[in-house]
Amino acid sequence: MNKIAIIYKKELKNFFNSPVAYITLVVFLLIGGWFFTSTLFLINESDLRTLFQVIPIIYIFFIPAITMGLIAKERNDNTMEFLTTLPFDDKDIVIGKFLAALSLIGTALLFTLVHFITLTVIGTNLDVGALLSGYLGLFLVGGVYAAIGTFSSSVTNNQITAFIISFLIIFLFFMMDKILFFVPGFMTSFLQFMSIDYHLSNISRGVIDSRNLIYFGSVISFFLLISTRILEIRKWR
Amino acid sequence: MIRIENLSKDYGKFRAVNSISFEVNDGEILGFLGPNGAGKSTTLKVITSYLAPTEGNVYVNNLNVIDDSMEIRDMIGYLPELNPLYHEMNVFDFLKFVSVSRGFDTKRFKKRLGEVIELCGLKGVMHKDIRELSKGYKQRVGLAQAIFHDPKILILDEPTNGLDPNQIVEIRELIKNLGKEKTVIISSHILQEIQATADRMIIINEGNIVANGTIDELMADFQGKTRLTMEIADTTKDAINDLKKEFIELNITEIGMNKENVSATLEYPNHRDYRKDIFNYAVNNKWAILEMSRHKTSLEDVFRNLTVEGGKHE
Repeated sequence: MNKIAIIYKKELKNFFNSPVAYITLVVFLLIGGWFFTSTLFLINESDLRTLFQVIPIIYIFFIPAITMGLIAKERNDNTMEFLTTLPFDDKDIVIGKFLAALSLIGTALLFTLVHFITLTVIGTNLDVGALLSGYLGLFLVGGVYAAIGTFSSSVTNNQITAFIISFLIIFLFFMMDKILFFVPGFMTSFLQFMSIDYHLSNISRGVIDSRNLIYFGSVISFFLLISTRILEIRKWR
Repeated sequence: MIRIENLSKDYGKFRAVNSISFEVNDGEILGFLGPNGAGKSTTLKVITSYLAPTEGNVYVNNLNVIDDSMEIRDMIGYLPELNPLYHEMNVFDFLKFVSVSRGFDTKRFKKRLGEVIELCGLKGVMHKDIRELSKGYKQRVGLAQAIFHDPKILILDEPTNGLDPNQIVEIRELIKNLGKEKTVIISSHILQEIQATADRMIIINEGNIVANGTIDELMADFQGKTRLTMEIADTTKDAINDLKKEFIELNITEIGMNKENVSATLEYPNHRDYRKDIFNYAVNNKWAILEMSRHKTSLEDVFRNLTVEGGKHE
């Protein structure tokens, strides 16, 4: 079996062996459901737009919680020594763990499709294409946040510290688009390009541009790469 | 064969291992002995490629730990210090994970699993969560993961630490059995541990190797003197001190009064037994020997000498 797949399976099993996965999924659904249904019953109207706006905010809290233990816990329990003396490359470990976290996020997203089904049953006219690309966008944002979480978990052996670090970095990325008004002009275009929202909004509108995809891909790779490097540093310190 | 050449390892400014060299031959059980913090675990961590050497080289079957880390990891079974395990997994899942990590397919896994359960005595706990196991069983699981891929080399870092005496005996037996066909390095800060299992031992202190040899060799090198503890009535300290004049080789290391009696510790080289001479001398002087006991320098003393006192002198 592929080395990454071995780590991936172990981590995924670990999520579902502990309450982490279930709590995440339930709370994700509760919050998402509440934002979706409140307007549905109140004004007899609903679409997935509110849901799509609220999910990135839920992410800010939940992804750090999912990822905080990935590496920090293994460090703290000394199992990292066991794992890294098995024939795994450090990058296999990082990527496997990241993909497991991303799968959990993906599962949570899949569950919100229940609202989509509700809408089709009620009979609203839905733009399926925009919806799918919206989901793709949310999934990619989840990937970026999970990579940040993996990175934060690799810099410490304390899970709480890992949570706080990833929360701060994610929050920074989240706010970048919203503080453009306050930054000097020459920086705005740069900050805008770096911000998650800018790329997410493009994709959510149904425009899948390679520039946006490259942005998500490179931010994810960047954080995974430094996580791997940090794991490797232990050898030389 | 494992060959370590001038290995040094620094943690920041602290030098944990200072230019040590030694070899471990195929099929040998090597005891790696030293007080806590002597650099044992650090050395083992370099061999297992958890850490990289600061200076020097480590070769396992002529492969270098830096360039051929993966091949070396395939050859080595490693039980790290403190025996880290995934406590939330059950034993079966844990060993399954180890086996796929080692590249086993399901068929090979099933075949090997039976052997490992037998070897490590894990029958009946396979479906328990590791966190529920007693320390002794956890240690067996740790050993099971180390030997699962039937490695040529087994590296065990303090394998009996924290076990009760019965468990220690069991684990020792297990290690001895495994050592029949494998190269084993076993580290410990307890001498008896090494004495009970190893063919040869290396004593390490403050990052330096202070002794290297079989148990008999070490004894011969360092066991120079016999010590005699005596309690004598009807005499004085000065009279005892005069013994030195009579027997030149004799050395009085300790002398004191115990109520009316003199208690003294004497030392003399091993090549001659002075007990009879001392007895006759006492009789001639009308002393009454109340107690006389001989104490040969034990390996324990050698170890203490090398690590505690030797360390201070440097």
